[in-house]
Amino acid sequence: MIRDITIGQYYPVDSPIHRLDPRVKLAGTMLFLVSLFVFSGYLGYVVAAAFVGIVIKISKVPFRYIVRGLKPVLILLLFTLLFNVFLTREGTELFSWGILHIYDQGLIIAGLMAVRLILLVIGTSLMTFTTTPNQLTDGLEKGLRGLRKIRVPVHEIAMMMSIALRFIPILVEETDKIMKAQQARGADFESGKLLQRAKALVPLLVPLVVSAFRRANDLALAMEARCYHGGDGRTKMKPLKYQGRDFVAYLILLGYLGLVIGSGFLF
Amino acid sequence: MEITRDLQECMVLDHVNYVYGEGTAYEKHALRDINLVLGKGEFIGLIGHTGSGKSTLVQHLNGLITPTSGHIYYRGNDICAAGFNKKELRSKVGLVFQYPEHQLFETTIVKDVAFGPKNMGLPQLEVDLRTFAALKEAGVSEDLYDASPFELSGGQKRRVAIAGVLAMQPDILILDEPTAGLDPRGRDEILDRIAQIHAEGNRTIILVSHSMEDVAKYASRLIVMKEGSVFCDGTPKEVFEVYKELEKIGLAAPQVTYLSEVLRQSGIALPHNATTLKEAKELLLADWKGGRR
Amino acid sequence: MKKSMLRTKNLVFEYIRRDEEGNVEDILRALDEVTLEVQKGEFVAILGHNGSGKSTVAKHINALLSPTEGAVFVNDMDTKDEEHLWDIRKSAGMVFQNPDNQIIATVVEEDVAFGPENIGVPTEEIWRRVEESLSAVGMTAYRTHSPNKLSGGQKQRVAIAGIMAMRPDCIILDEPTAMLDPVGRKEVMKTVHELNKIEGVTILLITHYMDEVIDADRVIVMDEGKIVMQGTPRQIFSQVEKLKEYRLDVPQVTELAYELKKQGVPMPDGILTVEEFTAAYTAAKAKCAQGSI
Repeated sequence: MIRDITIGQYYPVDSPIHRLDPRVKLAGTMLFLVSLFVFSGYLGYVVAAAFVGIVIKISKVPFRYIVRGLKPVLILLLFTLLFNVFLTREGTELFSWGILHIYDQGLIIAGLMAVRLILLVIGTSLMTFTTTPNQLTDGLEKGLRGLRKIRVPVHEIAMMMSIALRFIPILVEETDKIMKAQQARGADFESGKLLQRAKALVPLLVPLVVSAFRRANDLALAMEARCYHGGDGRTKMKPLKYQGRDFVAYLILLGYLGLVIGSGFLF
Repeated sequence: MEITRDLQECMVLDHVNYVYGEGTAYEKHALRDINLVLGKGEFIGLIGHTGSGKSTLVQHLNGLITPTSGHIYYRGNDICAAGFNKKELRSKVGLVFQYPEHQLFETTIVKDVAFGPKNMGLPQLEVDLRTFAALKEAGVSEDLYDASPFELSGGQKRRVAIAGVLAMQPDILILDEPTAGLDPRGRDEILDRIAQIHAEGNRTIILVSHSMEDVAKYASRLIVMKEGSVFCDGTPKEVFEVYKELEKIGLAAPQVTYLSEVLRQSGIALPHNATTLKEAKELLLADWKGGRR
Repeated sequence: MKKSMLRTKNLVFEYIRRDEEGNVEDILRALDEVTLEVQKGEFVAILGHNGSGKSTVAKHINALLSPTEGAVFVNDMDTKDEEHLWDIRKSAGMVFQNPDNQIIATVVEEDVAFGPENIGVPTEEIWRRVEESLSAVGMTAYRTHSPNKLSGGQKQRVAIAGIMAMRPDCIILDEPTAMLDPVGRKEVMKTVHELNKIEGVTILLITHYMDEVIDADRVIVMDEGKIVMQGTPRQIFSQVEKLKEYRLDVPQVTELAYELKKQGVPMPDGILTVEEFTAAYTAAKAKCAQGSI
């Protein structure tokens, strides 16, 4: 059912990773993603995997939960695997059938690619598992504050993100309601050819857009009445402030980066 | 208006249960063992606290929700059976949702009201006839027919939305809080309209409402819901007689019912409790004249 | 001496409708020479049907609209004065009708903090204010909840807390209960009365529900952009005929007493409660019995 759509899959437990400043997690995720593409040797994989493993352990997010999060990218993963297996023409041929040839290098490259992809997905999802959408927006707003100098409306973008987070569930529910109301008038959203189906959406989309505009109008008035006038001069109930642990985390991240780069020279 | 309780003519609910999100953390038993016979031609008031299952119940009646267990029969046919034509059912059991004006989408009122009959696949002439009849029945004035539904006032929009359901010429008309957000005048106009539709159109009316005064005034039968079950079912007089029980589930009786009780405690015994203003007036005038004799 | 909180002087507001070329199509006078005053600590209700101009008055006081003619003063600050805009909005907070469309944050306490954040209150002070405001409306237990999971009445109380956190002298509530069920309505009204009594906040309540104005200090009735009646609830409800003319309701007991009086039962005007009715009716009967001996 449409109501089951959820945005962000925050896993609510208390762990040192959860407590970290969102900016650290944002920077850490970026750094980790970059690191996945700079190393070359096998040892790099080991270091990256070990790093992810340790972070998972500290974050207290169950491994099962993380694996479940991999499901949506499974198809992409399979596709890359097959692509690499069949299109690599290096090393010794292991198997051939018609136009299909499998080389040992192909298997190795495919395997490594898969590991890289899995690490990439786990790395980013660890951030969303341990950071609430609110913290994420706050982190983005403050972390990207420098961009204001080149006229990027950082505060406005963050405000829009948090309003979207608040209103998406409301609009989803509203969609459900309007759909039912039109079905009660004999509308059919489930059968027919593509063009018919697209046409059948008009009675759903028009009221939905009208309602979204009405809500936007109301909300703008309410925000104005509560003295909202942009990001200037605003204070915060929960300002982001680096703690000791955040600096430790940055140091660990640097150490990790050093290890990954170093691992390339060792082999 | 004649009321028929012949099961072949009625809507019958037989041990209906509905459970949301079974087996998940959000599991909720929204309806529990509902057994009802909704007689043809009745004017039924459906009342209950928010979340008592009223809206879930009415959505079962036109097949928008299928019961988890149990059966619903419309004129003797099981509407949950495979192959039952739900689209046809929805034209026979018209459901007007809460704030129905939010579903309007066409460029003109006439086009919007025609949406239902058109979906039924009727010939154009029949669609037009039904559209105009429904607009008249719902009390939309003729000079508005070509206006955009978005230009109307709240009360007018709501009447157009009700016309949109009436145009399918349903046997049963269900209205989920049709007066929500309207002012007293708008409320009276809509309710009087509904009473007129009931009196003239040979239809069963189910009015979901939070206002005890309104259901007492218009309905001949009240069904009270509590936590997904039918808490009581009877005439307004029977139901409001147990007003102390109603208070326990967050409901109340009309003010005149309380007045009857307080008067009784002060030694003025009316023959029975009043449920409507008209009734209270008659009872008190009789008492007054009796006292003077 | 009493101090003036809000004041409007010959307030006129005109909507100008333009056609596609920008030519003036017609001018609608939404407010016509409205002059009213609310003292510090008062609880004033504005009663009127939809479109009577009552919400337009509210928007002027919060400086969301600017008068076409006349003036509006909040704490003796002219709302036309751009300089005082934020001070005016800070001292006269506003709660709107739709509870969903005025909550900005995804966590209750963060929403309450929104106002104070906008006016640059230091972090520690925000925490103190959030705590106090939530406890003033009885929502402390829900501070870390998502607003989406709350009932309508609870959402409206969160909205009120959001205004309280700006430490206003006055709160304007624009039909705060129109979209709520009876339980939610009671919750919100109880909260509003407590804020008035305990915190001493001036209240301007805009509504079309007559039962919500019975406990007000003063009632103003509006119709077609004008103030047509003004006085204590009892004075207002003594004029049943006039209220009906303005498409407004009166409590059932008030109307019943009025109807009985018309039939020759000597009932006084302006009966507001069941108890008052019973006392008056008993007295009338006793007097009549004496007279006939």
